[in-house]
Amino acid sequence: MKPADGTETGARALTGQVGAFTEPLPHGRGSDQSHDRKGGVAGLSRRELFDLAGPGLFLCFGVDWLAAQEPARLPARQGYPTDLNAYLRIAPDGRVTCFAGKVELGQGAMTVLAQILAEELDVAYDQVDMVLGDTGLCPYDMGTFGSMNVRFFGPALRGAGAEARTILLQMAGEQLHAPVARLQVKGGLVTDPATPGKSVTYGQLVQGKPIQLRHLQAAPVKPVGGYTVVGHAAPRKDALDKVTGKAKYAGDFTLPGLLHARLVRPPAHGAKFQDADTSAAEKAGARVIRDGGFIAVLHDRPDLADRALGLVKARFERPGPTMDDKTIFDHLLKTAPPLRDAGSSGDLAEGEKTSAAIVEQTYLNSYVAHAPMEPHSATATVENGKATVWASTQTPFSLRQQVAQAIGLAPEHVRIITPYVGGGFGGKSSGGQAIEAARLAKATGKPVQVVWSRAEEFFYDTFRPAAVVKIRSGLTSAGKIAFWDYKVYGAGEREAKPYYDIPHQRTLSAGGWQGGNPPGMNLSAVGPWRAPSVNTNTFARESHMDALAAKAGMDPLEFRLKNLSDARMRRVLEAVAKQFGWKAAKTPSGRGAGVACGIYSDAYTATMAEVAVDPKTGHVQVKRVVSALDVGLVINPDGLRQQMEGCIAMGLGYALTEEVHFKDGEVLDRNFDSYQIPRFSWMPRVETILIDNPGMAAVGGGEPPIITVGAVIANAIYDAAGVRLRQLPMTPARVLEALKKG
Amino acid sequence: MERTISFTLNGKPASVKGEDDRMLLWVLRSDLGLTGTKFGCGEGLCGACTVIVNREAVRSCSVPVKDVAGKQVMTIEGLGQSGLHTIQAAFVKHHAFQCGYCTPGMILNAYALLLKTPKPTPGQITKHMEDNLCRCGAHTRIVDAIAEAAGAGRGGVR
Repeated sequence: MKPADGTETGARALTGQVGAFTEPLPHGRGSDQSHDRKGGVAGLSRRELFDLAGPGLFLCFGVDWLAAQEPARLPARQGYPTDLNAYLRIAPDGRVTCFAGKVELGQGAMTVLAQILAEELDVAYDQVDMVLGDTGLCPYDMGTFGSMNVRFFGPALRGAGAEARTILLQMAGEQLHAPVARLQVKGGLVTDPATPGKSVTYGQLVQGKPIQLRHLQAAPVKPVGGYTVVGHAAPRKDALDKVTGKAKYAGDFTLPGLLHARLVRPPAHGAKFQDADTSAAEKAGARVIRDGGFIAVLHDRPDLADRALGLVKARFERPGPTMDDKTIFDHLLKTAPPLRDAGSSGDLAEGEKTSAAIVEQTYLNSYVAHAPMEPHSATATVENGKATVWASTQTPFSLRQQVAQAIGLAPEHVRIITPYVGGGFGGKSSGGQAIEAARLAKATGKPVQVVWSRAEEFFYDTFRPAAVVKIRSGLTSAGKIAFWDYKVYGAGEREAKPYYDIPHQRTLSAGGWQGGNPPGMNLSAVGPWRAPSVNTNTFARESHMDALAAKAGMDPLEFRLKNLSDARMRRVLEAVAKQFGWKAAKTPSGRGAGVACGIYSDAYTATMAEVAVDPKTGHVQVKRVVSALDVGLVINPDGLRQQMEGCIAMGLGYALTEEVHFKDGEVLDRNFDSYQIPRFSWMPRVETILIDNPGMAAVGGGEPPIITVGAVIANAIYDAAGVRLRQLPMTPARVLEALKKG
Repeated sequence: MERTISFTLNGKPASVKGEDDRMLLWVLRSDLGLTGTKFGCGEGLCGACTVIVNREAVRSCSVPVKDVAGKQVMTIEGLGQSGLHTIQAAFVKHHAFQCGYCTPGMILNAYALLLKTPKPTPGQITKHMEDNLCRCGAHTRIVDAIAEAAGAGRGGVR
């Protein structure tokens, strides 16, 4: 059961937290977006401001509403354009079209960005239409990943909206012969209260043309306290399309003469193409395109292309990788590049001297697939030296470059259109299918569609890397962490450095999802997977913290708090404990309760879970999860809860079942029979807590709550059964094995 | 075998000419242009291609078109042709989707459930929906939406 929410969800839940947290907190680490600035309304107390604003407006903001969410006016950051017309267009009827290089993966970009623009421009949320991920229409964007939409694009869009509003009000003042200061605007209608009946709409002012830029003294953004759209739930912009089947994905586009392509694939990673006989496929009516090992069969029906592919006889040489899903961990240790320092302080030897006990452990996780429900899909047409590609991608702008290069066109002659994307999770940062479709469209002179089969999806996925984490640590007799020596192989260093108070510590990292791995270290390409690096590092650190707590004979929450002075982390832990009804106990207590916390891109999260372990089967049922998240200002409370719930559900997979099986370079998982993703019956009761922190600029929320899921379940299993699982996923077989060993 | 197969599609007569062992999914999507039915796995393991045939939910990726000859087929495009169906409205209200790719299959599988069991318990909903996969994690909202559509209490909670 979720807390009763509806459109008032956030407000109510936030109100519940207000009393506890009335002071702005330090903004944590490296927050270049944080603003303590008291500004705006000189000489007024908060009380007076509250009265001016009228009742109700500020109720859900318990913190410092004077701290404006002030962005740099139009930050040049991340290559965003500085002309506001790149972001918005106002039609004569007053409808506003918002252009963003982000894409809608399901995370709600379409909704949250419309809210931000509507707020700053003073138009109704319903007046805003969104155009996303179209390189022909939208401002450049690096890509939709890393929870950067609200955090980095948000300020750019807000700045554009504020500048547009300032200019529009000046234009309105000129037209209405009224000083700008006297004007009021609501829903894009500008009125002059001094002369009732006089008004002009944004649509009338602009008449469908770009807004003429002006030299402005300032284009102030709204203070948080003035928000009426941001901070509230909003109906998702994509809802009607998605429940009626009208939502179009890249594989839903059709063009006259469209050919569906299936490609000849190697049976294993490392396999080398020798030769192929395509005559039977051609005889069956398929068109065949060959360019070395790039062999495609094309047909005007997708299933008949698939049948034709089955008729191709291709030979490959197989000198493939020799490691498998069991030997991968030793292999990683042998092949990883040298460890690099990712943050050290103090003196480990000194820490050892002050230690009353040493705890040393190794934590493992296998490769994990993205497995979005929509496989990589693309529809491409190349005509008259120009290419248009509809693609399921998280990175339309870099895909444009790749497609241009692949088919020998200038990037400005390639347009990538990103329709709805059926899930990405980092896996659609690579766009091989779009390049294939474009190459084939060029070669055939016809529009071509490429949709990967589920087996191709698993084979070409850029897995979350398999990883090994080794931690050696010491405890003082007073229950403090004396030293911490942390080595991560394969996953990457993000958020590997602990936020606990540890006088002597070292964090080392070798290889990772972002590259720098020697050839042959991994089975195939690895890449970003929802909260890259951080699921691995959080699982290891938070499991190990629990092991230390047990060693110290302390309650795991109490142990964390005793070693923690980071105020934001303490706050999320305290909030989650209160909602969960955490009762301090030494573990294992038999109750099956666990705690874990973590940081991701300046978002703080803490999670508590309750599990039941079946001693006969080793099956773990997660019964309840309470998740608290501090992302600073909450733009859309219901949208954020959707992301939190999604993170918890998806996290159950990497925690309990998801691992890629492979041998001799072959990916043995080819579909959802052997690769098990979470299902309805796995779902725990989920409660989500949004920490009230509007004084801090919003950071992303689509990834943080997933980082704790592995550890919180491992810790709850330990509390339930007294066994510690140090390898993900915690399958029934591994749980049984651990129970046997005791 | 090459022949013409006729059936009723979303209340109207439809016929397709071709190999009769082609799977219904591809006929719907590429011959008849109804792309609301999705390809997810091709082996009946995910439920994204769920359609209704004679009031039962079936996996169209694994049903040869000859099997629906003379039958009533309904796709997501056929549901709520005059305004949103109760289930669709409940999915909108509960935001019971994220990426939306599994949504047509979810809604049609729920539709089949409510045809047989108008007032399912949450346990019955979970069991019936178990083999429809959602990667975004909208599961609990989907259960809530179906329960509300069934009028089985909890209406108005969210």
